[in-house]
Amino acid sequence: MIKTFPNGGVHPAEDKFAAGSPIKVLPAPETVIIPVSQHIGAPAEPVVAKGDKVKTGQLIAKSKGFVSANIHSSVTGTVKKIDRETDSSGYKRTSIVINTEEDQWNEGIDTSKALNRNIAAGADEIVRKTLDAGIVGLGGATFPSHIKLSVPKGKKAEILIINGVECEPCLTSDHRLMLEKGEELMVGIQLMMKALNVRRAIIGIEKNKPDALEYLGKLSSDYEGITVNALKVKYPQGGEKQLIKALINREVPSGGLPLDVGAVVHNVGTAFAVYEAVQKNKPLIERVVTVTGKELSKPSNFMVRIGTPVKALIDAAGGLPESTGKIVNGGPMMGKALNSLEVPVTKGTSGILLIPAAEAARKPVVNCMRCAKCISVCPMGLEPHLLMPATEFGKWDLAEEEKILDCMECGSCSYICPSGRPLLDYIRLGKSTVSKIIRSRKQ
Amino acid sequence: MSDIIIHSIITLGAMGGAAAIILFLVATKFNVVEDPRIDLVEEELPAANCGGCGLPGCRAFAEALVKADDISGLKCPVSSSEAMTKISVILGKEIPEPEPLVAVVRCAGTPVSRPRKNIYDGAPRCSVASALYSGESDCPHGCLGLGDCVEVCRFDAIYMNPETGLPEVIDELCTACNACVTECPRSIIELRKKNKKDRKIYVACINEEKGGVARKSCKVACIGCGKCLKACKFDAITLENNLAYIDPVKCKLCRKCAPECPTDAILEINFPVRKEKAEAQAQD
Repeated sequence: MIKTFPNGGVHPAEDKFAAGSPIKVLPAPETVIIPVSQHIGAPAEPVVAKGDKVKTGQLIAKSKGFVSANIHSSVTGTVKKIDRETDSSGYKRTSIVINTEEDQWNEGIDTSKALNRNIAAGADEIVRKTLDAGIVGLGGATFPSHIKLSVPKGKKAEILIINGVECEPCLTSDHRLMLEKGEELMVGIQLMMKALNVRRAIIGIEKNKPDALEYLGKLSSDYEGITVNALKVKYPQGGEKQLIKALINREVPSGGLPLDVGAVVHNVGTAFAVYEAVQKNKPLIERVVTVTGKELSKPSNFMVRIGTPVKALIDAAGGLPESTGKIVNGGPMMGKALNSLEVPVTKGTSGILLIPAAEAARKPVVNCMRCAKCISVCPMGLEPHLLMPATEFGKWDLAEEEKILDCMECGSCSYICPSGRPLLDYIRLGKSTVSKIIRSRKQ
Repeated sequence: MSDIIIHSIITLGAMGGAAAIILFLVATKFNVVEDPRIDLVEEELPAANCGGCGLPGCRAFAEALVKADDISGLKCPVSSSEAMTKISVILGKEIPEPEPLVAVVRCAGTPVSRPRKNIYDGAPRCSVASALYSGESDCPHGCLGLGDCVEVCRFDAIYMNPETGLPEVIDELCTACNACVTECPRSIIELRKKNKKDRKIYVACINEEKGGVARKSCKVACIGCGKCLKACKFDAITLENNLAYIDPVKCKLCRKCAPECPTDAILEINFPVRKEKAEAQAQD
């Protein structure tokens, strides 16, 4: 049965140009820039110094605090400097810059391609290895995964949901991963199920990926408890709360977590990373990145070392087209524009999208005509037309009352608005201000 | 006929009388004694409710003035000194002469000194742009030029200069209410001591990057070279995190520092033209 979430949603053009190109391994670049903060939470603390020799997969920055993640070297080489380098937002953040030499993997890492189905690790060990490997949510949120794999006392996980929806237009990295690493993915899901102590896992995949649905569906019959479910093509089907509602018809309460309804959601990329961390001892040092665009000559999916400059990816995909007007880190709906090509790929980079200049500009902003389209498309049932002026004019109490914090920044409202109003821009500001106010109130 | 009139007058009169008695009793029972001076003080205040004093509006400030024993800590940045003298007469308390302050924009990055590298077409608010990315120029610290400070000013004392893309403060109108200082997401605006003839000398940069990086991002950035430090005879300049800062209290406006600055990051405003410069201009 084709499932979906009931409220809102939009249907942007899918434009999955790179869906047919297999994942290519991109060689390590001459230098990598590895920021120490690639995740939600406290930045990791560097444990190497300038001039140190590091091996591929070696720990170079240690997680600091509970919500944080380890950072490993993605190449073998010499630490050139630890300095503030420009990240994807244009601000300078502490990063470790490494000059690459010939690849030499850290001891204990199994680099063979052989599939290891034999699960020897216990639940605690799986969580510990996830923490050690510095795995974060690879769907884009970059929340440290070990936290989501350990169920706090008093709560119980009943079902694991694997997010293979990839509802964001243009991106194909999860799609390719499902097709090419299906077996590993299944073992990864089994590991996650063991860590969470759940019997059931559902992989949710949008219907526009029939090959992945068929392949994983066939594979899943060999693995107990894992099922594959087709989902309607609708953005944002891959939103955590939307996915839970669609697959198991439970609603995460406002301000709550999926665990409140017994569900845990992980991305397919994360499941694959967990497989590599537990079965192969390999930390998270590379990820699949889609490089795509209408005018790009070779839209591709690359297995990229973390810290590779974006420019190297674009060059490998056929070079920057003349007509490019905007380079987006992520997909067209939730991605943010880049203002430099020197910035590195981080754990949260799922795609690089090149938008031609003719399509890059925003619509001119005119007055709101109260058409209420933003309300009908909001998957969280909010009223964006109300939240924007609330933020614009500093009515923070109204914004809080109208549940601005429930917004997941999917951008459906800005996408649909016929008046071209920057709804999400303001809502993002409102969210950060309101959460600041709430935090100060608690103190 | 006359009966009806008389009856009406009597009943209505009785009802009115009863109501008056009830109202009187309630009024005496729930009477709130309020210092009459609060009203008097409030009348003298500017009624702008700008919040510059740190209290929610002029009424709250008036109450605080009346209540406090020592009012030296309470300052209304907007009130004139005459108004404050009147208030001190009403209260019979000494009010120290407040030191006049003025808002100063610590960024001089014009489109020439830090060229635009990309186009921002999002919501035209500094707070939105700043949360999103580093800005249109290479400097991640500089003014975004979208005018949040202009918007928040209740006294129309700031305007955007279309040529430089930077906000400019009209000294006569600025009341130093601090609104723009808190509004600026990059903390560029600072309140500094107001000098004679509105003269100002300050480091118009807040970039704490290392010299080379700062210079690369903007031609008029402070590179933290420390030359001004050596030129200053009054210990008014400090250098911290690659950024020089001129203490407005210690500074004697001697102008020794500005010509030393290799990047012209120190601005001198409302001073007479320097001799050498005047001569050079005459020669041109």
